[in-house]
This record gives sequence, C-alpha cells and structure tokens, in this order.
Amino acid sequence: MPQDVAELVIAARDGDREAFDDLVRATHAETYTLALRLTGNEEDARDVVQEAYFRAFRGLKRFRGDAQFSTWMYRITANCAATHMGKRTKHRHEELHDSDPVVDERPAVDPQLQADAGALRERLTVALEALPDKLRQVVVLRDIYDLPHEAIAAELGISETAAKVRLHRARKKLRDDLFPRREQEAADAV
Amino acid sequence: MRCEDLTDDLSAAADGSALLGRHERRHVERCLRCQAELVQYRKVLRAMRALRTDVLEPAPGFLAELLANIEESGERRAIRSMISGHRAAYLGGLAAATAAGAAGAIVFASRVRRLKTAS
Repeated sequence: MPQDVAELVIAARDGDREAFDDLVRATHAETYTLALRLTGNEEDARDVVQEAYFRAFRGLKRFRGDAQFSTWMYRITANCAATHMGKRTKHRHEELHDSDPVVDERPAVDPQLQADAGALRERLTVALEALPDKLRQVVVLRDIYDLPHEAIAAELGISETAAKVRLHRARKKLRDDLFPRREQEAADAV
Repeated sequence: MRCEDLTDDLSAAADGSALLGRHERRHVERCLRCQAELVQYRKVLRAMRALRTDVLEPAPGFLAELLANIEESGERRAIRSMISGHRAAYLGGLAAATAAGAAGAIVFASRVRRLKTAS
C-alpha cells in the first residue's frame, strides 16, 4: 500500500471524492485478495469488495484513524464476506478453478528453497479453498491477516470461543491436508 | 496423556498464543510424533504468513466498474439527501403556515368576542 494512503484517508474524510477514488485505486487489489480468500470464488469476491467500499464510503467519517486504514478495510471486508456468504444459498467453495492464480511466480533467491516454499504455498492455497467457509474465514483472518480473535469474532458475528475453536479446527485440517503422513501412520497402526 | 489430546495445544503453541503446561511439555519432549506435529503446525503458519504479501489482481475492468458503482451510489445518496432536505423544508413551511393560521384564527375570535362584549 502506498505511503500516502493516510493523506488520502484524511482528504476523503473531509469530503474529497477524488481522494476516495484514489484510495480505492490504491487499496482495491489488496481488498480483493482478502475477499477472494474469504469467499473462495471470484464472483462473490467482486460483490464483497463492492459492498465493502460502499460501507467504507458511508462510514469514513467514523474512521478515527487510530488503526491503519488497511486493518479497518479488512474488518469491513470480513463483515461483508460473512453477510454475503450467509445469504448465499448455494455453496460453491468446493469448486476448484484451474485458472485461479495459486503460484508465486516471483524469481527465486534459492531455487530449491523457492521450489519447496512454492510447492507448499500451492498446496496450501488449494487446501484453503477446500476448507468449509466458516473455518476458512477464521484461519485467513487470523493467520494471514493477523486480526485479533476479538475483531474476528465481532466481524463474523460469533463468540471469541467459537472463533478459537474454528481456528484450531482449520489449522488441524490444513496440517492434515499438507502433511498426510500422520494419518497414514495412524491407519498403519490400526 | 494421549497425543490426540494435545492437538489444540500444539496449534496454539505453534503461534506462541499459548504456552504448553508442564505435563504437556514433558510429553512433547519425549514424543517424536508430537514434536513432528508441532513442526508441521509451524510450517503451516509460516506458509500462511507468507501469503500475506501476495496480491491477487482482479480481472481487468473491475476497478473501473467499482469506481463507477461508487460514483453512482454517491450520486444516489446525494439525491436522497437533497430530497429529504426538500421534504424537511416543505414540512417546516407547512407547520409554520398552520401555526400562523391558528394564531390568526385565535386573534380574530378574540376580537369578535371583544366587539360583542362592547356592543
């Protein structure tokens, strides 16, 4: 995110429409990334981003600036995603799209390390998409975006205890998916 | 202590949000399976954190559509606020006219009464 985001926020809060548009230009890809990770599909992510910026536009005057704008947007996006997915009747998160970008294509510093990390990242992205919505939302917000349990619970409309339980379930499922050897060992032991 | 009982504790210990108790720590120190599990949780967490820097670009045209929709929403909001402002002014005028009419009627009635008394 560019450094002048804070200035854009101040100008937009003072009613400068052009500054708000610049703010959207500067932050939309990051907001979209979070929305895509939370919803698991492009169409829902677009709807969520749109609703998130509508809410941000309406609520910008209430943004006190004691948190970063990005964190404020994460919370709004999380809330919009939870509402959107609550309304969604058909669950499409289990569909996997071959066209979805899952690999970091930046040049490697250490080719072997990069290959291992890239492979793990690719498998992790697939495993995240395969998680049930409720588990994915929590683990994405906590482990990727570092939101506190309290904020996650508030935005998803669940208790803090439920957020923690979902987090551990999600992590366990991801670990089982990425390192299936333990399950194999358990099966062998029976 | 069974390894299965430790799964949540290991998940929390991996990110440092909780510390293992004495009994749990002693078990993990002696249990290769739990040690491996802890390492795996840490690897998952590292990979998750690495995703934080990734930015997935939306399809071309999305930004333009988003800005246009925000613009439209802003205009709708401005029109709504203007209409509600007009409505408030109209209702205010109506209330003032009603109050003035009532006051006039009271004054007229009191004058008529005074005239009747004098005659």
